[in-house]
Amino acid sequence: MNLITKPSKENIKTYLPIGIVLIFLSFLDVFINAFFSLNLSGFFPSQVSYFLPLILGYIGFYLIRIEFSGVRSLDILNKNINSNNFNAFLTLLTVFIIIKSIPPLLNWFFLEANFVGDSKDDCTGNGACWVFIKVWFNRFMYGLYPDAEQWRINSAFLILFTVVGVSFFVKEKLKKYFILFLIFIYPFLGIELISGGSFGLKYVETAAWGGLSLTFIISAFAILFCFPIGVFLALGRRSSLPAIRYISIGFIELWRGVPLITVLFMSAVMFPMFLPDGTFIDKLIRVLIAITLFEAAYMAEVVRGGLQALPKGQYEAAKSLGMGYWRMNALIILPQALKLVIPGIANTLLALVKDTPLIFVVGLMELAGMIGLAKTNPKWLGMAMEGYVFAGLVFWIICYAMSRYSQNLEKKLSTER
Amino acid sequence: MGKIIELKKVNKWFDKFQVLKDIDLEVAAQEKIVICGPSGSGKSTLIRCINRLEEHQEGNIIVDGNELSESTKNIEKIRAEVGMVFQQFNLFPHLSILDNCTLAPIWVKKLPKKEAEELAMKNLTRVQIDDQALKFPGQLSGGQQQRAAIARALCMEPKIMLFDEPTSALDPEMIKEVLDVMVDLAKGGMTMIVVTHEMGFAKEVADYMIFMDEGKIVERARTKEFFENPKSDRTKLFLSQIL
Repeated sequence: MNLITKPSKENIKTYLPIGIVLIFLSFLDVFINAFFSLNLSGFFPSQVSYFLPLILGYIGFYLIRIEFSGVRSLDILNKNINSNNFNAFLTLLTVFIIIKSIPPLLNWFFLEANFVGDSKDDCTGNGACWVFIKVWFNRFMYGLYPDAEQWRINSAFLILFTVVGVSFFVKEKLKKYFILFLIFIYPFLGIELISGGSFGLKYVETAAWGGLSLTFIISAFAILFCFPIGVFLALGRRSSLPAIRYISIGFIELWRGVPLITVLFMSAVMFPMFLPDGTFIDKLIRVLIAITLFEAAYMAEVVRGGLQALPKGQYEAAKSLGMGYWRMNALIILPQALKLVIPGIANTLLALVKDTPLIFVVGLMELAGMIGLAKTNPKWLGMAMEGYVFAGLVFWIICYAMSRYSQNLEKKLSTER
Repeated sequence: MGKIIELKKVNKWFDKFQVLKDIDLEVAAQEKIVICGPSGSGKSTLIRCINRLEEHQEGNIIVDGNELSESTKNIEKIRAEVGMVFQQFNLFPHLSILDNCTLAPIWVKKLPKKEAEELAMKNLTRVQIDDQALKFPGQLSGGQQQRAAIARALCMEPKIMLFDEPTSALDPEMIKEVLDVMVDLAKGGMTMIVVTHEMGFAKEVADYMIFMDEGKIVERARTKEFFENPKSDRTKLFLSQIL
């Protein structure tokens, strides 16, 4: 009986084609069912018909599971997705789920979606109403910033991207001037441009800022400031001076122990009460400080992890060469420690970017906040899905870019070969 | 010749455990001293006290005319004159060998970059790894790393060199290349204090031998005398075990 013998190299000529045909049939059945709503095996009783692709695929995978078959691609396939009955089962389920979920997604995103029009009534299909995003796009990007002044935001970001872009192509020696410009000059230039009030630019109050541009502004400033503060806190927590150590520990534990939403609320509502009459700090600045200090506490712990991973010998070698505390840390310890914790730093900064929507509690609306506002507009009720899918996509693109950048940085700085 | 290092009645405790007991030691300029003894006898702690990587609790340590104590303000300046070579090399893995050598001269001694690089190349040539200058420590063998560490210490142009078991972490084949460099250094007139178990090296270069046990200096003698006619029974036992 040929069918009972275990699949092996001897019977590969019969088993392999049969197995491939069975697997193909099972995929075909699911595919046609998913895309054309036809049931090929409808002539079987309903239960058998339902499980038929699974059974066919399962037998097929069993038949092609031939050890040391001599066919390279078959060996790789068997090793990775078909090493035993259970894995074959999981492989089949995964493939079926992917095939099954493509048509509905395709329909919702593209085929039955509406792209043309300028009101909700133009959305007649069953799919997404991208008209919503199109109509509100300007608001999602710039918030309530006056239309006539939006060129200022555009040019601020254009300058930023140009400088960053160019800095990748200039020589090492010039690079440091670009970085100094970006850290010490650009932030003020950018804020001046967007906020206005001088050089003939109309003043735009921060309450009108919003949308994706506000996401970028808050993220950029918080990242810029939370990083150095975090490094100092990390060093402070390991300081041999008790006063500095306990202040650092107290600061870190306080900010880490409080939810960000509480911190934001306090910064906006309670903090002004403690200020003397007549002094006023802009809400956006208060929020920025709150986010910065909050993330700095997390950053401090990440950096401390790196500091602790360094062998004691590095400190001793630096000291024995006559370096004092600051030189030792700046030249020897931090470059190594920060390199070690790049994944952790990226983690914290990604979390920071994704935490920005929380500023809605104090009435500031970045991208997600603007979407929240737009979906409650009486003319556009029921657009939450489109809005949040869009927000998710935008945040994903930002975060994925940051993640890729951190991976590249890790590779570039690696000296272990 | 004047005394360059002087230790008087130095005592040190790790918590309640006394690691150094009444250590008296004088080293003249250009003298070479080898310290040996069983592990845990306090040899490493002793030389680490000399550049204050460890702090002593009692007694005086005077290095090149400066007393080391808690109130020493310019400890960095003293350390810059005392080179140290570690058992685990402790090269800076994020910098190339050349940068390892130029970093401290540039930032501590404020040498111009070009001069520092010339100095580094001179010292790397001296330890015969000038061809590895642009590699990173992780790409070098243990023996090469230790020679690079010696070159790094030499780039500060120290008056004294301390060696803390410089060959203990090396494969037997690589020990010789490091010892050769150290012998060459000794012949050049450097003041050296070496903690090592390499008795062949000790016989070749040491002016004095010091034998330590349980935190005390048990025997201090001229090298020839030490090996041919040790006085203490403890020293005899130790020598019989390692020779």
